[in-house]
Amino acid sequence: MTQDKTTAAFRFGYGLPLPDQAPAEPASMLAALRGPDVMAATWPGPHLADLNDTLTRADTLLQTWRRAKAAEARVARQDYRQAIAQLEGVTLLAAKTTIARALDAPDGFRERLVQFWADHFTTVARARRDSPLPATLVEEAIRPHLTDRFADMLKAVVQHPAMLRYLDQSRSLGPNSRIGKRQAKGLNENLARELLELHTVGSGYTQEDVTQMAELLTGLTVDKTGATFDARRAEPGPETVLGTTYAGDALATVLKALDDLAEHPATAAHLARKLAVHFVSDQPSPDLVQALTDAWRSSGGDLLAVAESLLTQPAAWSRMQEKARQPFDFTVAALRTLGLDGADVMRMADGVFRQIILQPMAAMGQPWQRPPGPDGWPEAAEVWITPEAMAVRITWAMEMPQQLVTPLPDPATLMTRSLGSHLGERLAWAVPRSESTREAVGLVLASPEFNRR
Amino acid sequence: MDRRLFLKGLTGTACSLAAHPLMTTVTLAASDGSAPLGDHRLVVVILRGGMDGLDLVRPSGDPLLAGYRPTLSAPQGPDLTGYFSLNPMLAGLMPLWQAGQLGFVHATSTPYRDHRSHFDGQDILEAGTGLDMPDGSVRDGWLNRMLQAVPGLRSQTAFAIGADSAPVLQGPAPVSNWQPDVRLDLSPQSRLLLDHIYHDDALFREAATEAVSLTERMDLARMNGAAPPTVDKGRLAETDRLTDFAAERLRDDTRIAAFSLNGWDTHRNQSGGSTLPLQRLERVVLRLADQLGPQIWGKTLLLAMTEFGRTVAENGTRGTDHGTGGAMLMAGGALKGGQVMGRWPGLDEAALYQRRDLMPTSDVRAWAAWAMRGMYGLDRNLLESSVFPGLAMGSDPGLLA
Repeated sequence: MTQDKTTAAFRFGYGLPLPDQAPAEPASMLAALRGPDVMAATWPGPHLADLNDTLTRADTLLQTWRRAKAAEARVARQDYRQAIAQLEGVTLLAAKTTIARALDAPDGFRERLVQFWADHFTTVARARRDSPLPATLVEEAIRPHLTDRFADMLKAVVQHPAMLRYLDQSRSLGPNSRIGKRQAKGLNENLARELLELHTVGSGYTQEDVTQMAELLTGLTVDKTGATFDARRAEPGPETVLGTTYAGDALATVLKALDDLAEHPATAAHLARKLAVHFVSDQPSPDLVQALTDAWRSSGGDLLAVAESLLTQPAAWSRMQEKARQPFDFTVAALRTLGLDGADVMRMADGVFRQIILQPMAAMGQPWQRPPGPDGWPEAAEVWITPEAMAVRITWAMEMPQQLVTPLPDPATLMTRSLGSHLGERLAWAVPRSESTREAVGLVLASPEFNRR
Repeated sequence: MDRRLFLKGLTGTACSLAAHPLMTTVTLAASDGSAPLGDHRLVVVILRGGMDGLDLVRPSGDPLLAGYRPTLSAPQGPDLTGYFSLNPMLAGLMPLWQAGQLGFVHATSTPYRDHRSHFDGQDILEAGTGLDMPDGSVRDGWLNRMLQAVPGLRSQTAFAIGADSAPVLQGPAPVSNWQPDVRLDLSPQSRLLLDHIYHDDALFREAATEAVSLTERMDLARMNGAAPPTVDKGRLAETDRLTDFAAERLRDDTRIAAFSLNGWDTHRNQSGGSTLPLQRLERVVLRLADQLGPQIWGKTLLLAMTEFGRTVAENGTRGTDHGTGGAMLMAGGALKGGQVMGRWPGLDEAALYQRRDLMPTSDVRAWAAWAMRGMYGLDRNLLESSVFPGLAMGSDPGLLA
């Protein structure tokens, strides 16, 4: 098995050049992953506990604004807008933080795993006040569990307010629960369905399983302090999901069901394939998927064991660049190649950050934290390399570097520094023939070998 | 190279990019040389935010209206039927009404009821499903499912324009996307060199070639005078570019177009807040008619639909809240216009849905289904089972000319 640095950087990190002493072969990459989460400390992310007061204030002010008369409503409106601006400021800072970590991390693999799981457990802000919630979920439910059992991550996600609000669990009531009967309201199956379809088994369940799962999840909701279990909302009686019956209207019952879903063989097969598709190939080899499935099942869904299996498969070190870098990966890799680090991004004025990074990413088809649905971003290269998206990528490659670095780097150096052993003959021939440094740099960043991984 | 591509219009915040009112999307589907969809053009406009049907087409002949809507019922606009009048902001559309190229359906809605959430309402509108379909079980849009039933569509069939996508046209059938502002301008040398580096990678080669060619076709259309040079410099500039791009494609081989117009969520000071969305809607219809020319406009049907209507009564802040029954605007030479269609339920409190909203008397999907049946000859069974699963189309409402 040949493990070259270029493949490590492209497939399991955010590109070249690797930081000094960055691990680039399985044993040291795994050691880094087992070690402390350095980036979480270097560039801290948002936590919900720090935002609860502002969220509550925004909710109260909105009520006042809607109900109160003239003068009082005007004041409430102004204060409400301030609270929302504060929350949206947290969101923007979290976006910068995500990129800063990707640029600075000695172990890019950790950051790539965070992105993978954040996408697997996609949440989208459904109201302006919710805008920082997706980032808090990543910080609190994804990052701390990268090397734990999948069940631990699943339970943390399902009990996070970002997920409970996004998939309507906070609106779901047992129709025969105390509050359900009083309000004549009932189930919302949204979270239950995605839990089965997207988050765990992926197939082999029926509509009845979804309904039963939805009844089982009732009680789980959000209050001013965060996620909570309210027995008055829980549907009374036992529920049967995928053949297992769960009795007891308590949080422990919900967690038991999540444990079982996490350990279901179908979950292992579903997630093994998804990991192989994300990291290696849109059409991964059955052997790779089988090896990951086996590692998952024999370890009881231990994510460190699964990561080890991924890094030690020969197929995972194939030199073929079968995948397209998504716009986020493309942007980070470009910033890295141009020599920017985390501090540079954190220092960027908000307006500049939007213009140079967020807005182009959206135009390339990936608006920040706004995937089209709970199934997250698509994987297939054909979805990302479209005429529209390529027009934006090429234009970005030709125009933006000169806004970021002065003077522009020497194209020949940039070419080898950013592509390593992926550099192809055609690009090496073309770059020196450009009319200007600007266009030569553009060619490198627009090349297939830079946009694939 | 136009650097403003990235630097203009960037005032939206990171988290509200998709909700920015100008972040509109045009999605276009084209037929191939054998034209499996024939000559008819269908344009679907999604009015996001909950367009107030009672304000668009006002039942001015009902004395109850002024009581429900003291500030929203005046001044009165042009008369349509003796009972209904048109919102005065849309007076520019009256020549189309008189020519039979503008019509409305009133008191229509999707099957969505009670929760009145934009997010869910738009999902249901664009998925084209009923309430019997569980959340999330249908991920493609109804226009895409129509395309899935049409054999022989070109692979480069559709263009979604803007950072936002148009879910109504997304799905497995081929659909491409384009933003009116995106261009790919390259020096001749850079273009040659890009051709060289993409030569062995079909995916990159084809995408870049198409991007260059789309830019050139837009420029060519402009040079030939097909698109008028007078793009509004102000608040309608984005709408003009969107419409021009859609018209340019529809004059060519595109048969299906979809895009969205935002800004209809008028909880406060509605008469002011709805001005811009109404201007945009009027502009799209008039400019599209103008740019397509009589022959193509004659084979075009535009349907403008929304996720739900708004409350019958004004609220305490001179606006309206999320409701149920609403209206659909229809335009084009393919339309048998000059009529307000749909059974009118009346405004008596007892006739309202939950005593607050206009009672829906038709399913908005049925009108779209009859339009697709009339224009493209699609099988009724296909429409009721696959395009709009569970829909009962009812009898032919005589929508088309």
